[in-house]
Amino acid sequence: MTGRRVAVTGIGVLAPGGVGTENFWDLLSAGRTATRGITFFDPSSFRSRVAAEIDFDAEAHGLTPQETRRMDRAAQFAVVATREALTDSGIALDAHAPHRVGVTVGSAVGATMGLDQEYRVVSDGGRLDCVDHTYAVPHLYDYLVPSSFAAEVAWAVGAEGPSTVVSTGCTSGIDSVGYAVELIREGSADVMIAGSSDAPISPITMACFDAIKATTPRHDDPEHASRPFDGSRNGFVLGEGAAVFVLEELEAARRRGARVYAEIAGYATRSNAYHMTGLRPDGAEMAEAIRSALDEARIAPQDVDYINAHGSGTKQNDRHETAAFKRSLKDHAYRVPVSSIKSMVGHSLGAIGSIEIAASALAMRHNVVPPTANLHTPDPECDLDYVPLAAREWTTDTVLTVGSGFGGFQSAMVLARPERSLA
Amino acid sequence: MTSVAVTGMGVVSPNGLGTQDFWSATRGGKSGIGRVTRFDPARYPAQLAGEVPGFRAEEHLPSRLLPQTDHMTRLALTAADWALADAGVRPAELPEFDMGVVTASSAGGFEFGQGELRKLWSQGSQYVSAYQSFAWFYAVNSGQISIRNGLKGPSGVLVSDQAGGLDALAQARRQIRKGTPLVVSGGVDGAICPWGWVAQLAGGRISTSNEPARAYLPFDAEARGHVPGEGGAILVLEDAETARRRGARTYGELSGYAATFDPRPGSDRAPGLRRTVELALEDAGLAPGDVDVVFADAAGLPDLDRTEAEAIGAVFGPHGVPVTAPKTMTGRLYAGAGPLDVAAALLSMNDGLIPPTVNVVPSPDYELDLVLAQPRPATLRTALVLARGQGGFNSAVVLESSGR
Amino acid sequence: MSTTRTFALDDLRRILLEGAGAEEGVDLDGDILDTYFDELGYESLALLETGGRIEREYGITLDDSALTDAVTPRQLIAVVNEHITAAAEVAA
Repeated sequence: MTGRRVAVTGIGVLAPGGVGTENFWDLLSAGRTATRGITFFDPSSFRSRVAAEIDFDAEAHGLTPQETRRMDRAAQFAVVATREALTDSGIALDAHAPHRVGVTVGSAVGATMGLDQEYRVVSDGGRLDCVDHTYAVPHLYDYLVPSSFAAEVAWAVGAEGPSTVVSTGCTSGIDSVGYAVELIREGSADVMIAGSSDAPISPITMACFDAIKATTPRHDDPEHASRPFDGSRNGFVLGEGAAVFVLEELEAARRRGARVYAEIAGYATRSNAYHMTGLRPDGAEMAEAIRSALDEARIAPQDVDYINAHGSGTKQNDRHETAAFKRSLKDHAYRVPVSSIKSMVGHSLGAIGSIEIAASALAMRHNVVPPTANLHTPDPECDLDYVPLAAREWTTDTVLTVGSGFGGFQSAMVLARPERSLA
Repeated sequence: MTSVAVTGMGVVSPNGLGTQDFWSATRGGKSGIGRVTRFDPARYPAQLAGEVPGFRAEEHLPSRLLPQTDHMTRLALTAADWALADAGVRPAELPEFDMGVVTASSAGGFEFGQGELRKLWSQGSQYVSAYQSFAWFYAVNSGQISIRNGLKGPSGVLVSDQAGGLDALAQARRQIRKGTPLVVSGGVDGAICPWGWVAQLAGGRISTSNEPARAYLPFDAEARGHVPGEGGAILVLEDAETARRRGARTYGELSGYAATFDPRPGSDRAPGLRRTVELALEDAGLAPGDVDVVFADAAGLPDLDRTEAEAIGAVFGPHGVPVTAPKTMTGRLYAGAGPLDVAAALLSMNDGLIPPTVNVVPSPDYELDLVLAQPRPATLRTALVLARGQGGFNSAVVLESSGR
Repeated sequence: MSTTRTFALDDLRRILLEGAGAEEGVDLDGDILDTYFDELGYESLALLETGGRIEREYGITLDDSALTDAVTPRQLIAVVNEHITAAAEVAA
């Protein structure tokens, strides 16, 4: 392979069940779930009352009172995860010209939580049509336009290279990292701080998913509410969180003796051009994205050791995705372990793609595949090896992670060991 | 490396609906800025906007799409239809994975979201529409354009405030260079509703003048902020070789791009715009002397105007290149601004005419050769378009006439 | 004493048009009672929006399965009227 390659050298994760990468991996490898009855607001009038919330104290994680006031919760997550990723990577950013360091933050719904709260105030509980500007907080513009998230991360690390927010709904977390990988490959940056963040657990988001019955009403048993691939699944559990990576040009990472979790070896995205929320059962477009990502990585389908699935736990998704794996990997789809960590940490919209990349990289690091929790009775149409209930020790050199989202976006990314032979 | 050509454009601008109306207004110095009509702005300190005139969605789109779309998405879908028709492309006749969509957004379908937030807080959660789950979000235009036209190739959505529109076009170029022959790209934006208005006011950059000819005066000693607008442009970008083979007319090529981010507030390091311009020229393989016109970001605030004037001066020398800001006729269109300026620059190159910057009496301190009041005839082979987003985003695009 | 409203084809037509528009080439004013919703151009999302509007206007709550099981206007009208009657009995 010629040209620049991209390595993951640092990981920072905030996920339900515990702040920090270590807590995250403990939860996944133990197969514990972090879903619970909603505590952020009174959910009693809602159809779905379950979520995967993070117990997060911004100031305890190093944000100042002004940063805490200025940033929406999702921006706070992004900055905290960024700091963990930087520390984890051991990179000395001041060894790089600031304009060679860029930032991408994925987010599906931006500062929804802040907007929801502020709208309630400026409209006086929905009473005013012409909302009252004299009650607006000064940083409301940063909620309006979520590129403020990328700005906050860039300020936190001193980056002055290409920076943006990638917002492709629920594939944002993969697409943000994919975009950053391209920038390093083409030579526009040497280091990218790339990841994604969403904090959508607020009344407006719960209400909009209620309206399309996308989230589960299983509030009598919230710990077991997220049930990907199970016959009893009836919707996803909304989550929140962030994951951020330090991506470096591989040779530079090697020169400084960095620990390399994985190479981002292939990435592709396609659209189903079908429906804003619905999926065709054949999975053709996701399959096309998978084929293209494997091609780019020059990895054969049978060399995929683990699939980190989108596995949202909606009726439609899990069948769509199962079909896509069979379509793209043929018989190997039946042999490769597939799992959905959304069974444990819920579906944090734009953030989850990056959180799942983190899980994939950690699976490679530990040679352990995280399980699909709550999977007791598989849907007969979901007939692959979904690693039910318990993590599995498994030689994991190559991981495929996928996402699927509103708007019809289908994305796939391949993580591999950089020292593999490149035929 | 693969050359990337613009082969089609669809324009929805405050000073003209459709490319022809837009260009004849822009050449003629006709402004689309006026008092807000979409809601009653009486209670707000700012009351002017650039609203797209004469747009009746039901004349352009099927009724099935109307209940599920924000105003700016309807504008975007219409612009995309026009861009594809202008390019002579019928997507149904092309391989579906060979066509992608990359758009920029700033606030999504904010007016749609406002309506649903109001129902949520005044009536209850069960009153929120089934369409809220996507009608307001940032990815809505890429998704809807993809669905309406059957485009299954690589798609994307970028948010970098007003710089995002140029970032989207550059991402479209990237996808074409990676092998997708055609990408529909650009940005159409707008949040002219009370909730969007209040959020924009909070940003502190809105002019509170209520005189349409005095409110938005970039590079003028009287600069006092900008007027928000809505609209933008959707472009069809193609592998230039493929476009040539099918006999497509090309407006020009996107030959250079760069993006940077400014140092932290309070830093004594230099702002990033100058470097952005230099990197974009380097990417295009051009020298400053090759550039025939600059379409400025034109923030309309003294500090930001000075930063831009200094960057242009540092690269091109004092009065070293003609500079224009046709957005003085439209207001600032956020994610729509960059693509609309790219459309204007391409039309300028094809007409040999630089459109004017209206209403401005330039401050001599800036040492800019601003094209004022009247359009200026010129042979234009290369144009530079600048865009900046709140927070510190800087993007630049270089356009060259085809067949150089 | 409460008067029970009923839900008729005209009500459904109005709500469909408001909430989801009409597919080009489909005449909603024609005899559509037994035409499948998908033939009328309404997919699951349009029906969810329609269901939400019916629920709010008539003060009822449809089961999750009601909208997927009712595949024609006649079937949907029947299930809505059942719920209206049941709600009136509870209220009485």
